[in-house]
Amino acid sequence: MAKIASSKIQSLPQAVSELVHDGDVVALEGFTHLIPFAAGHEIIRQGRRDLTLVRMTPDLVYDQMIGAGCASKLVFSWGGNPGVGSLHRMRDALGAGWPVPLQIEEHSHAGMANRYVAGASGLPFAVLRGYAGTELPEHTDTISTVTCPFTGEELAAVKALNPDVSIVHAQRADRAGNVQFWGILGVQKEAVLAAQRAIVTVEEIVDELTPVPGAVVLPSWVLDAVVVAPGGAAPSYAHGYYDRDNAAYKAWDKVSRDREAFSVWLKDLKENAS
Amino acid sequence: MMSVAASRALRDGQACFVGIGLPSTAANLARRLHAPDLVLIYESGTIGTEPDELPLSIGDGILAESALSVVSVPEIFNYWLQPGRIDVGFLSGAQIDRFGNINTTVIGEYAEPSVRLPGSGGAPEIAASCREVIVVMRQRLRAFVSQVDFVTSVGHGSGPGDRARLGLRGAGPVRVITDLGVLEPDPESAELVLTALHTGITIEQVHAETGWELEISPDLKITAPPTEKELSTLRGLKTVGAS
Repeated sequence: MAKIASSKIQSLPQAVSELVHDGDVVALEGFTHLIPFAAGHEIIRQGRRDLTLVRMTPDLVYDQMIGAGCASKLVFSWGGNPGVGSLHRMRDALGAGWPVPLQIEEHSHAGMANRYVAGASGLPFAVLRGYAGTELPEHTDTISTVTCPFTGEELAAVKALNPDVSIVHAQRADRAGNVQFWGILGVQKEAVLAAQRAIVTVEEIVDELTPVPGAVVLPSWVLDAVVVAPGGAAPSYAHGYYDRDNAAYKAWDKVSRDREAFSVWLKDLKENAS
Repeated sequence: MMSVAASRALRDGQACFVGIGLPSTAANLARRLHAPDLVLIYESGTIGTEPDELPLSIGDGILAESALSVVSVPEIFNYWLQPGRIDVGFLSGAQIDRFGNINTTVIGEYAEPSVRLPGSGGAPEIAASCREVIVVMRQRLRAFVSQVDFVTSVGHGSGPGDRARLGLRGAGPVRVITDLGVLEPDPESAELVLTALHTGITIEQVHAETGWELEISPDLKITAPPTEKELSTLRGLKTVGAS
């Protein structure tokens, strides 16, 4: 048993190379906290193409991946640089098709969260009391309605989301690859359990997972790869390890506004393996 | 003035769903002034948070560290927001129309927009499910339009009774607080009317920044100017990571 479990611990290049393929539906989740930047950067370095990128809040990491030409479609509910402004690489891909055209599938936060819940639950759809009167359902074919069999009430139905691969970042794992994370939990547990394959990057490997109040533990048998990537969530943060680098979020605005400045950033990323 | 007026709209002990920017400033200001027991809830899942500084984003670590509880995103929307447990929701937007409908999706046509906006985030469900909604936004001609280009979050739909027909809970937008004054829906027509002017602002200025024939309430009030205490507390609010 231990032998099988320990094989889950891999290097980041190996995990991305084996588990993320061109054309996959890929979710990198983390709600402001624990955003898997290192994994996103590795996907850029390995030159993945034609991905459908799924994320509730496509912020910097997806702006970078879109700008690098990894994505042909984005599934999301709020796309911006939180507290700073717009995602300029995303806008450039949507408006001008640079470097490649980008399609979108747009939801609300509640819609996206419930799509992951349905996916993780093994159900074809989820029900919520939302979207009524909004124009989103007209443009998004994964939003429909369903009639309650008990009350006759019409409710919104959203299609389950089952990514080919989900990637999240966590505080720590044990040597068998059981993962523990805490703080703002976002939708990471649901994204992992909804996916066909899952990669978790962690700050550190420990001998024993000491209990932490409110922490989530994902057992190694629901994961495909556990990767040690200290600082792997920066410039977002890892509660108890390091803070959010707000200056980096503000600085990204300038880099991303200009294709040339972005291209310099991209070249730099590709030449400097983490 | 807008943050101060918005903070005054919050009552002690209410549970308030807060967005980043002006709403967050107003809610944190209220908690330091007249509403120490205001329960601040952010969509990242932090309930009863008491940050020392203003967060730059809705998921800043300072919100989790000072929260009574931290829950997952599906939980905050399904267990806390959807059943109507939250008193006040704070919203903003790029456009608002005469019925308080809000657009944060696109300016222009959806397929070929002239401006792509961030999208809906938590706003549609906040607008649908909070007991009441307060909108805070700068009053400008291009933002206060007769009809929004895209309905991201429903206010009063296309008129009286629309919310009930759509099955939306809560009263919808009860107040729109701008840098010029305050607009409230008319009980009969559900259309926004001007109910207060901020000190020093004229009705002409408000008309010039509104894209429809804005009606003026017969009981038009003047908002009291900010007190020294309100101003000094507002100035004392620092944003996380501000240099």
